[in-house]
Amino acid sequence: MTKAITLAISLIAAPASADWQINMNQGVTALSREIFDLHMLIFWICVVIGVAVFGVMFYSIFKFRKSKGAVAEHWHENTTVEVVWTVIPSIILIAMAIPATATLMDMYDTSEADVEIQVTGHQWKWRYQYLDEDIDFFSNLATSRQEITNEAAKNPNYLLEVDNPLVIPANKKVRFLITANDVIHSWWVPHFAVKKDAIPGFINESWVKVEEPGVYRGQCTELCGKDHGFMPIVVEVKSEADYQQWVSDQRAMKLAMAGEASKEFSMNELVAKGEGVYNTACAGCHQPNGQGIPGAFPAITGSTIATGAIDTHVDIIINGKSGTAMQAFREQLSAVDIAAVVTYQRNALGNSVGDLVQPNTIKN
Amino acid sequence: MATVDVDLPHVKEEDQHHHGPAKGLGRWLYTTNHKDIGSMYLIFSLCMFMIGGIMALIIRAELFQPGLQLVEPNFFNQMTTMHGLIMVFGAVMPAFVGLANWMIPMQVGAPDMALPRMNNWSFWILPFAFLILLSSLFMPGGAPNFGWTFYAPLSTTYAPESVTFFIFGVHIMGASSIMGAINIIATILNMRAPGMTLLRMPLFVWTWLITAFLLIAVMPVLAGVVTMMLMDIHFGTSFFNAAGGGDPVLFQHVFWFFGHPEVYIMILPAFGIISEIIPTFARKRLFGYASMVYAVASIALLSFVVWAHHMFTVGMPLVGEVFFMFATMLIAVPTGVKVFNWVATMFRGSLTFETPMLFALAFVVLFTIGGFSGLMLAIAPADFQYHDTYFVVAHFHYVLVPGAIFSIMAATYYWLPKWTGHQLNETMGKIHFWLSFVGVNITFFPMHFVGLAGMPRRIPDYALQFADFNSMASVGAFIFGFSQLVFIYNVIQNVRVGEKATAQVWEGAQGLEWTVPSPAPYHTFSTPPKVD
Amino acid sequence: MTEQNEKQTKRLVVRLATAAIAMFGFGFALVPLYDVFCEITGLNGKNFNQGPAKVSSVDRSRTVKIQFVTVNPASMPWEFKPNERSIRVFPGQDRQTAFYARNPTAHWMVAQAVPSVTPSEAAPYLHKVNCFCFDRQPLEAGADIEMPLLFVVDPKLPEHISTITLSYALYDLTEKQNVTHTIPNKNKGQVTL
Repeated sequence: MTKAITLAISLIAAPASADWQINMNQGVTALSREIFDLHMLIFWICVVIGVAVFGVMFYSIFKFRKSKGAVAEHWHENTTVEVVWTVIPSIILIAMAIPATATLMDMYDTSEADVEIQVTGHQWKWRYQYLDEDIDFFSNLATSRQEITNEAAKNPNYLLEVDNPLVIPANKKVRFLITANDVIHSWWVPHFAVKKDAIPGFINESWVKVEEPGVYRGQCTELCGKDHGFMPIVVEVKSEADYQQWVSDQRAMKLAMAGEASKEFSMNELVAKGEGVYNTACAGCHQPNGQGIPGAFPAITGSTIATGAIDTHVDIIINGKSGTAMQAFREQLSAVDIAAVVTYQRNALGNSVGDLVQPNTIKN
Repeated sequence: MATVDVDLPHVKEEDQHHHGPAKGLGRWLYTTNHKDIGSMYLIFSLCMFMIGGIMALIIRAELFQPGLQLVEPNFFNQMTTMHGLIMVFGAVMPAFVGLANWMIPMQVGAPDMALPRMNNWSFWILPFAFLILLSSLFMPGGAPNFGWTFYAPLSTTYAPESVTFFIFGVHIMGASSIMGAINIIATILNMRAPGMTLLRMPLFVWTWLITAFLLIAVMPVLAGVVTMMLMDIHFGTSFFNAAGGGDPVLFQHVFWFFGHPEVYIMILPAFGIISEIIPTFARKRLFGYASMVYAVASIALLSFVVWAHHMFTVGMPLVGEVFFMFATMLIAVPTGVKVFNWVATMFRGSLTFETPMLFALAFVVLFTIGGFSGLMLAIAPADFQYHDTYFVVAHFHYVLVPGAIFSIMAATYYWLPKWTGHQLNETMGKIHFWLSFVGVNITFFPMHFVGLAGMPRRIPDYALQFADFNSMASVGAFIFGFSQLVFIYNVIQNVRVGEKATAQVWEGAQGLEWTVPSPAPYHTFSTPPKVD
Repeated sequence: MTEQNEKQTKRLVVRLATAAIAMFGFGFALVPLYDVFCEITGLNGKNFNQGPAKVSSVDRSRTVKIQFVTVNPASMPWEFKPNERSIRVFPGQDRQTAFYARNPTAHWMVAQAVPSVTPSEAAPYLHKVNCFCFDRQPLEAGADIEMPLLFVVDPKLPEHISTITLSYALYDLTEKQNVTHTIPNKNKGQVTL
């Protein structure tokens, strides 16, 4: 026992950068603070009731011991007392329900929003579409494989970092339209107190109005398959001016990417670029070494598609394969990315077909 | 419960017209004796508790530190799923059925269960259900990996092939539970000794009667929902598939219509056990017997109208959220009454602290803590922050481990001398209790903290800020897990050796079961006792 | 057990077993019950209002923003988008709009659009007079189509709702086209191909 405790203490002290947060985040919106206050109110009510009940219980345990000569009394019911301890908790519950209902009504506010973003859960990434801005991108986990498998030191935002964060303006009502592509996911940012299930075929909504610019992190909270733990959410809240700047940068980037698609690439360029695309978009299922998971996800190495006709290979990546977990990557990857990843899969991971495909021949 | 005063016509009956148990394996295969079947249920559930426990330790070992060390995420999901299914359907429920088999006939003065042959069946199909379920671990694609709540479409369109075996297994367990429930109701309603009126029945019998009705009401709904899944997967229907006009949210409604009463199926018999043990060791009658019965009945009724509190984030209309929030909060009233009654039973009693009482006291305190977090979860707006985090994991483990499991351990220690005829080894019992008590709290209390801080449940790896409390929880889990070896040692030793137990066993114990010798003869109450 | 007791037990067992079977049926009955419930409350944003509308007057005192979003679930490769992202209408006013779909694959496909409305409270007030989602949509390889939607918002829409989002998830039914629906048919206008 003592051994176990010393072991426990030494082990607990080990991880370096952990903290001892024990309570809910107050968050950064009026609503999240309202919810926090409600949480604390209920908590303290529970503490008071707990102290009273356990107080009487421990008093009985110490006072009415047989070893101290206590003799049991014979009463075993008392209607008055029983009515009292039925009625008082009921009153306390009503007292709890009133502020809770008020907060709930604030959450269901349906007034018009300034920015509207469609959030779609995919296995295992998020897609953000800005409905009025023609901005559309996927947000993937950015933590490196080495950090996850303990081959590299973990950075402070381990598992809570993405390649493309969601960007929203401060002090504007942002409305999220939440849905899913495959299975049920749930979009949660603790600091916003926003958590809503993303359900395939159906749409849900939630909203947020953040006062201070900053970076806020969350995670998927509905079990959605293998990499449920690896699809974080990062939201960058920017001032109005910075947000507008970001929007125009996004447009410029889109133009630049379109230009890139008409360029000719060498085999080495494509393979190098393809490796990055593969690790973000494919390795989750087909595994970093291309071996897949038998019975669940097929291997790329030696696969008839990755070593067969190149057009079929491109087609399955663009259009997916219905009835399987293979998604259509048309909207997720640019023409350059598709060309790169196809070329990579054919000439790496143990395959050596020797051919390549240029982005300009990939027509969406 | 009425004071029971009986004459004992059964002492000599053994040599009159009954035989002892048959010899060898046949005894166990063909037995229709409630005590044999009760023992088999209990041993089976102990095996399942160990298997489910090993899975829990694999989960906790992986979560000991951030990063992936031991298992792949997909296997991790299989572990969380199988751990949940095995603990719920394989450990807790069969243990309560085993206790019911042993104790209900003896507590109501019946010679056996009402339907002894069906009793044999309802036990013997159970091992096959779990063999099927466990065999899926070795199938291509692996075991079910969609959580014990198996939300569609992750469990239908996106499930591994073994899902069909899982469905088949659930059907068999459901059939077993329904048969068990019918048997228990028939025994309680038709086999009571003369004078054993309903309002004189021990609370364990009462809680089980209500639980059995819950089982009959909801196990078929579970069978229905898995059948719909089966049809969606193999016969092209679209109950839960939006593409064909179905709705994945419908799955959750039907599942939780089963699932919430199921939660009470796992706790009501525990209330009964605790209501037996506390009066014994307080040497004082249970306070508010009638209100205890009414409280259990109202908890059972309310359990049918609160299911959607598991689904606050699914996108319900405001009215729905408010209704389910109010209905859920209401459950706190009868639950509170039960806790107050237990405390009032101890007040001005004459307490001693043998092992069963220690477990019962830990039950009252820790279950109440689980109840408090349950009340917090009922508050819909706050639930948006708690839902599917470790706060929920902490909550339901507090009501299930130091709740249901502790009550089963308390019951085992309490009635073990009656079953084996040997007095308990108190020292070993206390070692087991304190290790378990400390282990459980180290494991599950920190989960409240990481949950509130933002750690989602069912993840194989986590952000660095959650590291400290997770390693703490893992250490606790290993303490709790290995302390169960003390329990097994205790039970085995008690079967083999030990001081001869008296019929009364515990000084303050009341009830028919204490009027028969220890160990209880193979056949008891062949002639009904008279209860005055 | 006495004979009378045995009879009683038998009767009880029959009753309990019947109850269990009835509850199994009830599990299935929850499916249509759920639909009725959804239709009344708009639960889950399901939208059942179809066919000719019985709206008497146009409420010109306010406008409602109707927003269209599309989702291509699972591996649906079609291009699918609304022609208009959002429009403002008076409650009670008929409005026609269209969605664009293209089948970029090299084979013939059939799709079905599944509608969903948020906030769900608004679902009972959004009335689709005519919608492409009533029918399955076949498309030859490489073909495209404009699919019409004619709708009207009930003037009884609660005042506090200013935006209604109508989402369409487009599912690939090419392989399922011969499967008839075994559950109560919600898509009344649906044509089985």
